[in-house]
Amino acid sequence: MSAPAPHFTIGESARRIAAMMLRYWYLLRSSWPRLLDLVYWPTVQMVTWGFLQYYITTNAGFFARAGGTFIGAVLLWDILFRGQLGFSVSFLEEMWSRNLGNLMMSPLRPFEFITALMVMSVVRLSIGAVPVTFLAIAFFGFNLYGLGFALVAFFFNLMLTSWAIGIFVSGLILRNGMGAETLAWSIMFLLMPLACVYYPVSTLPVWLQSVAWLLPPTYVFEGMRALLIDKAFRPDLMLHALALNAVLFAGGVFGFLALLQSARRQGSLIQTGE
Amino acid sequence: MAPSPTVAVERLVKIYKSVRAVDDISFTLAPGSITGLLGGNGAGKTTTIATLMGLVMPTSGRVSVLGAEMPKQRYRVLHRMNFESPYVEVPMRLTVRQNLTVFGMLYGVDDLHGRITRLGNDLDLTALLDRQTGKLSAGQKTRVALAKALINSPDVLLLDEPTASLDPDTADWVRGHLERYCHERAATVLLASHNMAEVERLCGRIIFMKRGRIEDDDTPAKLLARYGRDTLEQVFLDVARGTGEAREAAQ
Repeated sequence: MSAPAPHFTIGESARRIAAMMLRYWYLLRSSWPRLLDLVYWPTVQMVTWGFLQYYITTNAGFFARAGGTFIGAVLLWDILFRGQLGFSVSFLEEMWSRNLGNLMMSPLRPFEFITALMVMSVVRLSIGAVPVTFLAIAFFGFNLYGLGFALVAFFFNLMLTSWAIGIFVSGLILRNGMGAETLAWSIMFLLMPLACVYYPVSTLPVWLQSVAWLLPPTYVFEGMRALLIDKAFRPDLMLHALALNAVLFAGGVFGFLALLQSARRQGSLIQTGE
Repeated sequence: MAPSPTVAVERLVKIYKSVRAVDDISFTLAPGSITGLLGGNGAGKTTTIATLMGLVMPTSGRVSVLGAEMPKQRYRVLHRMNFESPYVEVPMRLTVRQNLTVFGMLYGVDDLHGRITRLGNDLDLTALLDRQTGKLSAGQKTRVALAKALINSPDVLLLDEPTASLDPDTADWVRGHLERYCHERAATVLLASHNMAEVERLCGRIIFMKRGRIEDDDTPAKLLARYGRDTLEQVFLDVARGTGEAREAAQ
């Protein structure tokens, strides 16, 4: 019996991606705690940091000029953190429901799976973050959308970073089982001090600054401060971030595929528990 | 000229670290045949099935399904295969219809709505289609898993304990459905089961595995005759306990 022709067209591929998105949409719809979880923590974060900023601006001249940097940092950090979490949680749903074997033995290709997870991370992020941005306007008069094109550049770069890390962490979970789940929840916090979310890079010791500049989000948060404090958009920072993100994203995908291959060798895909 | 086998396994070896889960096995499955894969726990049945699906990469040897080398060319044929296994579950939070819709889309099923309706009728799931899968009884979940396995009308069906958790009446009814499906579709089935009556009824051939190796491979009637036993369960025990060879020699 000869090998049949390859079964791949763009339309078929799009249908499989749509199938996965539909699966996650059904899942979100079926559980109000899941939806609540998307919204409540960003809201708590924004309100807490917003009041802190309000207090500081009324007591310090510099911060009076730097209006919005804290809330802006909180909202952008949330894009980074929630983007990665949105990706990883959708992936974890397959582990929790012991459905990964069904997917891996279906015609779904790894890049289709990854694409569906990326789109769902944007959907999940939108559900959680969009209402919070409106609350920021209502509570503190901070309009994230007022950043205009810069916001698009910030958002795109942060999402690329979050996907790259989400993809790599998913590969680790695929290969090592649920023992690696903690990474999905905590890996972004490893980046937080070095990405200089709430303070300029110059705050770090000189030797650590060069490490910080290896991380794409560092450029985004520096760019945000430049915009809010100096009223200057820095395209050079965004291009640097984009170049680093391209490397990071390629590394994430390569790592995922290598770990998937290793999981096939080790038989980890049959037993997707701890 | 005999038709090319649907499945061809040649000197398959799978080693996990120091454990030889599958140890140099070879067999072929003819188109339209139903073959039982029997063996105790840890015999290598699940690894063999997972290798056929491309989920596990062989350490050495060759696996070909519908003419495609597995796992390298798996995407050429995965849409013509399906499986049911206790190692995976159909997502519990989705309704039966939602699950079948998602899997139907993944497998590129045409007229999906019609296919789900037919499966609902065939597997007595119509009344359950809009219920959450996780809230069904164990037997109903098994039927849903079978519906998922049949959603794409596969040419190759790999079943691991397909009637576990079913009451005798429903299990018998499911076996009847599988028999009809295989007859009408001329599907090739590899069935791992511990239910010897099921294997005897459905399978025209039985492969016995033990410690990763094939211990015996023949039709049920010939196996019964060779081991001098009345039931397959007795043959299974002979093979599992290693008394088969002595008995066979005595015969």
